[in-house]
Amino acid sequence: MKAEWPLWEIFIRSQHGLAHKHVGSLHAPDAEMAISNARDVYTRRNEGVSLWVVRSSEIVASSPDEKAALFDPARDKVYRHPTFFPIPEEVKNI
Amino acid sequence: MDKDLQPRFEWLLRMGDTSLILAQRLGEWCGKGPALEEDMALTNTALDLLGQARLWLAYACEVEGAERDEDQLAFLRDSREFRNVLLVERPNSNYAHTLMRQFYFDAWHHLALRELEESADPRIGEIASKAVKEATYHLRRSSDLVVRLGDGTRQSHDMVQSAADSLWTYTGELFRNDEIDAPLAAEGIVFEPASLHERWSSYVNAVFAAATLQTPPSNTYMQLGGKQGVHSEHLGYLLAEMQVLQRTHQGAKW
Repeated sequence: MKAEWPLWEIFIRSQHGLAHKHVGSLHAPDAEMAISNARDVYTRRNEGVSLWVVRSSEIVASSPDEKAALFDPARDKVYRHPTFFPIPEEVKNI
Repeated sequence: MDKDLQPRFEWLLRMGDTSLILAQRLGEWCGKGPALEEDMALTNTALDLLGQARLWLAYACEVEGAERDEDQLAFLRDSREFRNVLLVERPNSNYAHTLMRQFYFDAWHHLALRELEESADPRIGEIASKAVKEATYHLRRSSDLVVRLGDGTRQSHDMVQSAADSLWTYTGELFRNDEIDAPLAAEGIVFEPASLHERWSSYVNAVFAAATLQTPPSNTYMQLGGKQGVHSEHLGYLLAEMQVLQRTHQGAKW
């Protein structure tokens, strides 16, 4: 039976979190049950206040072969980090 | 124990034992569920019910005022002293059976807890308020699965229908008034069991209609006795497994 259930990726927003974070995956026959199953499998220890589920087959991933071309150029561009500016105390969540 | 408190003690045992025995039954599925996700969902429900059982039985101990705690009530009583309804001690059988037992129970439990939130006994109201959130989810889940399997394949439909038919005879006990409920209901502490029947039936009928299932006939003979301590043989085996550790090593703790 389980072999026929598609795979879903699960994202949870925690109590104080601002963005949903990927926590894992599970099997379910449709989106509604994926939400139920995610609630039962991934939020048992008070992990979150909101759930997203996405069919794993809908996710487009970058190719590991292109890793060097995609990511290496950013490694030596330290000036792109906003560490050269003082940030006022009142500004949060940057 | 004060004689006036006897009905309340008995009633708390009925609530606590019903949750406790169902929790133990669901726990039997641990590691054997039809899919990892179902396995976890069922055992989560088991743990919710176990937590609720603990609250009801702890309060029962306070009412009783004797020197025993909820663990002693759970692990050191015999079958004849348990007050759970017969429905929850039914064996798990197949998954359709487990699911249907849960659905019949959840539909009652949810209504019962909502009534108890308004109890004249604030302690009962507090326990019910905490439990009703869990029960709301349990009912949503079991109703959804009944519809999915009832309106699923020919095989799943037949299995769920057969479970609905064979467990039906154990549903009547949930709505039977007796001398324990009467004085408590008169004081607004608990609901009258029969008062929930109409709402329960219309909910079950609505879900069965969506699931293309037939509601079993209302004139079915109903099995009674669990709430008075007269149980089926199945409870004895369940208790043997649940209690073996405390019976063998009395007072053992983690």
